[in-house]
Amino acid sequence: MESINPLVILMASVFTNNMILSNFLGMCSFIAVSGEIKTSLGLGQAVTFVLGATSIINYLLYHYVLVPYSLEYLRFIVFIITIAAFVQLVEMVVERYTPTLYYSLGIFLPLITVNCAILGVSLFMIIRSYTLLQSFFFGIGSGLGWTLAIVSMAGIRKKIKNSPIPKGLQGPGITLIITGLMALAFIGFSGIVRIQ
Amino acid sequence: MFKNISEIFYRGIIKDNPIYRQILGICSALAVTNLMLNSLIMGLGLIFVASLSSLTVSIIRSYTPRHIRMMVQTLIISAYVIIVDIVLRAYYPSMSEALGPYVGLIITNCIIMGRCESFAQNNKPFDSFLDGIACGVGYLSVLLTVAFFREFLGFGTIFGIPVVGDWWINWIFVIMPPGAFFMLGILIWVANSYITETDIESTNKKTNAQGQKESKSNAITGGAN
Repeated sequence: MESINPLVILMASVFTNNMILSNFLGMCSFIAVSGEIKTSLGLGQAVTFVLGATSIINYLLYHYVLVPYSLEYLRFIVFIITIAAFVQLVEMVVERYTPTLYYSLGIFLPLITVNCAILGVSLFMIIRSYTLLQSFFFGIGSGLGWTLAIVSMAGIRKKIKNSPIPKGLQGPGITLIITGLMALAFIGFSGIVRIQ
Repeated sequence: MFKNISEIFYRGIIKDNPIYRQILGICSALAVTNLMLNSLIMGLGLIFVASLSSLTVSIIRSYTPRHIRMMVQTLIISAYVIIVDIVLRAYYPSMSEALGPYVGLIITNCIIMGRCESFAQNNKPFDSFLDGIACGVGYLSVLLTVAFFREFLGFGTIFGIPVVGDWWINWIFVIMPPGAFFMLGILIWVANSYITETDIESTNKKTNAQGQKESKSNAITGGAN
């Protein structure tokens, strides 16, 4: 895995290996928050930021603390604590220094701890044995890809708001089917780059 | 007592099915359902984690300070997930490889957190244990249904055993990610139509009333704290 250019990983994690559309991560908040374009954009920004930062922190923790003491089996617990602590820290710092940003971003931060995409990126980068730079680009790219997917979903849901949808299909059902169509469209990108 | 148990199971598996009714934990429901065997192992892992973490949370519920309870729950859940991961890697390495990061992602599966927070926090240990099992079984049943259709249409097999002849043409589409979304969307559609109908018939008015009363009392205890 040493050989892949980090920029290729960035492109691939946005288009071909999109977190939602091909790895199914972060679906809970994807379905719950994709009602409004503005809120989904805010959540997407927060996710991208946290992903970029936690991928570096978790990489360093894993390779310089857990591996030397052969404690790899503790990685789940360490990663989730890192993510929760980082989110808490960011929330406090942002609230203290930039209140305007806090009001636009703040409400999404607690949601992020339980977003499986964050933990998923940390686990994927260990499994695929990325280097530090690759992990960082993978984190950022996954965040951007997630944002792309949730914002376009919010746009589509706005358009279909007044459409006559069968009763049982309303809400999550139709969201899942639209996501399927989006995933189908994104398969068209799969020829460009390939990581795995 | 027995009535209570059957009600917990009825709620966990049908009335409040975590996937159909509450749309929780669908990440893994989509990811591991291309083969029935994967889904079975994943579901069993989730039943283990959900029941035991509900039990633990319920046992220590009166000693946990209110404002750090989320952190405590997360740690309890991660500890059980680590057990599942180690056992899988030791006794079933090929399955551990196939499930990849999705075993670790049981931690962020909202079903477990949701049950700990809404049920185990306010109920007796034994009831919480059963509630965890019931939700896990509800989850497992959905996983197996999705996996049945995906594996049958995609490979023509059930649990890896070929069931149709050579004339069968595999639907590669169902195995790919979009197929998972379509399949779960359609199943939610079917389940929602069916469940809404039975609710309208209101043959189980009593259960509903009880459930409402319970949720109301839950809300009150939550508010008081």
